[in-house]
Amino acid sequence: MKQTQTIKKILSYIKQYRIYLVFSIVLALVTVAFTLYIPILIGKAIDCIVGVGNVNFEKIFAVFSQIAILSLLTAFFQWIMNLINNKMTYHVARDIRNQAMTKIETLPLNYLDTHSNGDTLSRIITDVDQFSDGLLMGFTQLFTGIITIIGTLAFMLSVNPIITAVVVVITPLSLFVAKFVSSKTYHLFKLQSEIRGEQTAFIEEMIENQKVVQAYNHQKENQQNFEEINQRLAKSSLKALFFSSLTNPSTRFVNNIVYGGVALSGGLMAITGTLSVGSLTCFLSYANQYTKPFNEISGVITELQNALACADRVFELIETPSEISDTHNQHLPENVSGNITLNKVYFSYTPDKKLIENFNLNVISGQRVAIVGPTGCGKTTLINLLMRFYDTVSGEITVDGYEIKSVTRNSLRRNYGMILQETWLKSGTIKENITIGKPDATDEEIIEACKKAHSHNFIKRLPDGYDTVIGEDGGDLSQGQKQLLCISRIMLSLPPMLILDEATSSIDTRTEMRIQNAFQQMMKGRTSFIVAHRLSTVKNADILLVMKDGHIIEQGTHEQLLEQDGFYANLYNSQFAV
Amino acid sequence: MKSIIKILGKYKKETVLAPLFKLLEASFELLVPLVVASLIDYGILQSDKGHIIKSFLLLILLAVVGLISSVTAQYFSAKAAIGVSTQLRSDMFARIQSFSFSELDKLGTSTMITRMTSDINQVQNGVNMFLRLFLRSPFIVFGAMIMAFTVDVKGALVFAGTIPVLSIVVFAIILVSIPLYKKSQQNLDNLTAKTRENLSGVRVIRAFCQEEKEIKEFRTLNEILNKSQKYVGKISALMNPVTYVIINVAIIILIYVGALRVDSGLITQGAVVALYNYMSQILVELIKLANLIITLTKSVACANRVESILAIHSTLETMAENDINATINTTDYIVFDNVGLTYQNAGEESLSNINFTVKKGETIGIIGGTGSGKSSLVNLIPHLYDCTRGNVYIDGINVKAYSPEKLREKIGIVLQKAVLFKGSIRENILWGNPDATKEDIGKAIEISQSKDVISAKKNGLDEMIEHGGRNLSGGQKQRLTIARAIVKNPDILILDDSSSALDYATDAKLRQAIHSLDKNMTVFIVSQRTSSIMSADKILVLDDGKIVGMGTHDELLSNCNIYQEIHLSQTR
Repeated sequence: MKQTQTIKKILSYIKQYRIYLVFSIVLALVTVAFTLYIPILIGKAIDCIVGVGNVNFEKIFAVFSQIAILSLLTAFFQWIMNLINNKMTYHVARDIRNQAMTKIETLPLNYLDTHSNGDTLSRIITDVDQFSDGLLMGFTQLFTGIITIIGTLAFMLSVNPIITAVVVVITPLSLFVAKFVSSKTYHLFKLQSEIRGEQTAFIEEMIENQKVVQAYNHQKENQQNFEEINQRLAKSSLKALFFSSLTNPSTRFVNNIVYGGVALSGGLMAITGTLSVGSLTCFLSYANQYTKPFNEISGVITELQNALACADRVFELIETPSEISDTHNQHLPENVSGNITLNKVYFSYTPDKKLIENFNLNVISGQRVAIVGPTGCGKTTLINLLMRFYDTVSGEITVDGYEIKSVTRNSLRRNYGMILQETWLKSGTIKENITIGKPDATDEEIIEACKKAHSHNFIKRLPDGYDTVIGEDGGDLSQGQKQLLCISRIMLSLPPMLILDEATSSIDTRTEMRIQNAFQQMMKGRTSFIVAHRLSTVKNADILLVMKDGHIIEQGTHEQLLEQDGFYANLYNSQFAV
Repeated sequence: MKSIIKILGKYKKETVLAPLFKLLEASFELLVPLVVASLIDYGILQSDKGHIIKSFLLLILLAVVGLISSVTAQYFSAKAAIGVSTQLRSDMFARIQSFSFSELDKLGTSTMITRMTSDINQVQNGVNMFLRLFLRSPFIVFGAMIMAFTVDVKGALVFAGTIPVLSIVVFAIILVSIPLYKKSQQNLDNLTAKTRENLSGVRVIRAFCQEEKEIKEFRTLNEILNKSQKYVGKISALMNPVTYVIINVAIIILIYVGALRVDSGLITQGAVVALYNYMSQILVELIKLANLIITLTKSVACANRVESILAIHSTLETMAENDINATINTTDYIVFDNVGLTYQNAGEESLSNINFTVKKGETIGIIGGTGSGKSSLVNLIPHLYDCTRGNVYIDGINVKAYSPEKLREKIGIVLQKAVLFKGSIRENILWGNPDATKEDIGKAIEISQSKDVISAKKNGLDEMIEHGGRNLSGGQKQRLTIARAIVKNPDILILDDSSSALDYATDAKLRQAIHSLDKNMTVFIVSQRTSSIMSADKILVLDDGKIVGMGTHDELLSNCNIYQEIHLSQTR
């Protein structure tokens, strides 16, 4: 059931290459016909060699030229067919990967936050790879196999229908065996795929964080855990590999029985004189030709089982529902003034654990809102909601009077500039990383922004300045340098609303002080949300929200809160009391 | 290939038996025509029904024996192939774990992952096919040639000419396609890296509305991969057609030679038929062989990529005990003697002329601007990197003279990036010390101020941490990583800016708790905040990789400009 569904999905990907598919089948037909015909020509040539002084050289050369032309044509068509099959397979794999990637960009964050990256990665890379290997084998061997069977069947029928009937009757046995083995192996392959995914996730986690592993001398334990998964994988792989490789011998066994059957029935018929010895010999050789493709096909089928199991995992990813798409095509105007209200907002990541309850807030354009509170109080969650990384469970959030669920996510996010504690840089040049929010910026603008963010100096010292290529996740740059680059991005794009979530936590305070001036400048006239542990960073805010367990427990300016002598005052004073 | 052969050595029985049983099966196959011949000669021609039935039963018996030997062959080859891949993965994982930080920086995560996963799978596939078919096909090819010689020497010379030509063509195609496969695998690596980047940076990508652009870039890389796959496919797809043409040309020559010889009465027509039959047998086997070679080519390319990782050895220097720099005579616990550090591929020193000493039990504060070398300095203490100049001594012994395990056992280091692993909180803390008792863990949690982290979780210590610690906030992660270091009860504790996500109150409590430990622990605190280090016994002020100030808080306030500036920027 599930398999047929998966096949249907694969076919829908192949559909747009159907012209190639038709070509491939036509070429397979032609090449098979030629390859079946060439032996007949050779037979003709041999017939010309009767005995001493009785060789018809003239006719032999005529046949030779036919053989030469046909085999050249066959070779050429075969090559073209291979190219077409390659093209189809690789294009389908490419299309599936593109689709998967597009899906990743639209998946709800909840999915990505709860699934390991390694597993998702293995679906897009390894599974698609295995799938395309199987598909290629299917294309190259399935058609030629089937056509060869039909072709030989036709030749056999023309020789003797009765023995042909014997062959045809025994054939389904071979198919039955193949099907039995493959249905068994499907589950084994699926299990193998699952364990592989688990192992990939483990490998990714441990290799990515190898430095911590070594700092804690944890290599031995790791190796042990790895061995455990590895052994499990070995066990399931052995089963899958062995059982799948049974198809070939068992169908060959059936074939040999067919061969024996032909020999028996043909021999008995020959005694009664209804069949000539020559015909029987011819028949046996055709019976061999006829059954050989069955082996190939059954081999292909097991390979396809594996491909199906892999395809299944990719499709599972592709079919995960995307975030609810923007129901309204309304756009938030490009430069909002930044009046934000939160009205009776409720939110939790899991229904059984309440987080934000009845949250109300009114921010006027240009205000600086600082959010402080112990870790886990909901600061980051609030940002998730403002940016619509997650949607509220109930209640509404408006920007300039627009309910944010009624406008497109992109138009909302374009109005925000966000700097997170966890920096993210893509591999590419420094310039590409900085202009991410404003791709058309001029070099002057970029340098200007970087000077403000105090990143210009260190960028200048890099080997190729702004054109220096940085590797995966920022490569050799220090955490602080990465953060400065992230700040430069925002300094360049200057969106009307800002979110700074621990934006300067990895930057030393001397540099931070200087950046703060630039921040102050930038925040003028812009609504901004600031999360920071360094209270010196937030004390100039217009409103300080003190949060605890998803609620606002204190609210006011720095001075007001100090006067209240509550939670905030306590926190603030503690930093000086050592 | 070396490692694969070495591993196959462990599976001697399987490696020998798999092809052997395959040969056995092939031999039984070769017997079938003889049985049929006797069926015709004695059964039909002499109208002996009994003989026909006997022959039939013999055919069935051959089929059964063939089945048994081929199933046995499949089992052994699967076992050897799985054995190789399992062992390779295990070896490679062990090797990667033995790499020093320099190698890890250089290689990058993505390529190590593809090599451990898809490349090794490809190798497994190759070994399996190799064992099953590689002996069988040449056996039949050469067997057929030898049989041809017994029929007619002159005619068989055509075989002797054809086989080398075929071999040259086959090997030329292989040689051309191996580097192309490598290139295509490289492109797959790039695609993997892009995918990883998108998974880890999903928030930023969405915040900047970069989805479209990322998809476009992914498609470009995907297109490049696609092109290279098609290109190498074009070359390797030549194999079958070209061998087919060569064989047919050979058949034409064979028949012509045969015709001449029959014409002059040297051989019979039957002999020509026999020669032709052997030639077509070769063709059938060669097609199988060519397909096998394509798979093997891919596998060899992958095997080389695996091998290249296994060929890398940790560059971490070790020092013999009798080396002149292995020990020094000192009463100080830790000595940095004129230390300099240049990272691989970096032009300038990241640390230069670092000289300082630490007494046992002292607390050392390290402060300085972004990129001033603070982390680099503390990373030298557990010998995570090699210093490129000077020496670092602990207890009078050069860190390079310790075994890394011994050295790191003494040291608890909390790295800047707070990393926790999949598993329960308890399991994560036990990383520090697998033998820790309940009390030890409780104490570590108390000191690291993680009590409320634990109590906020439904399952307490047994709460499962998701991949990458995603169900914890930055501050919670930092505290748990500190707990992990403390449970180790180390002689030296290094906190590398590891309380940056903690509020001041918690940070202060944390430091007090560490201070009050009864153990005479030597503590390094790297921080951006003067408040975190002002009570340290000694503070090092770093700027641009050099020590620009050293002393207590009060001393530095009066004699170090940079320190004054930092401090001023942080007071009300």
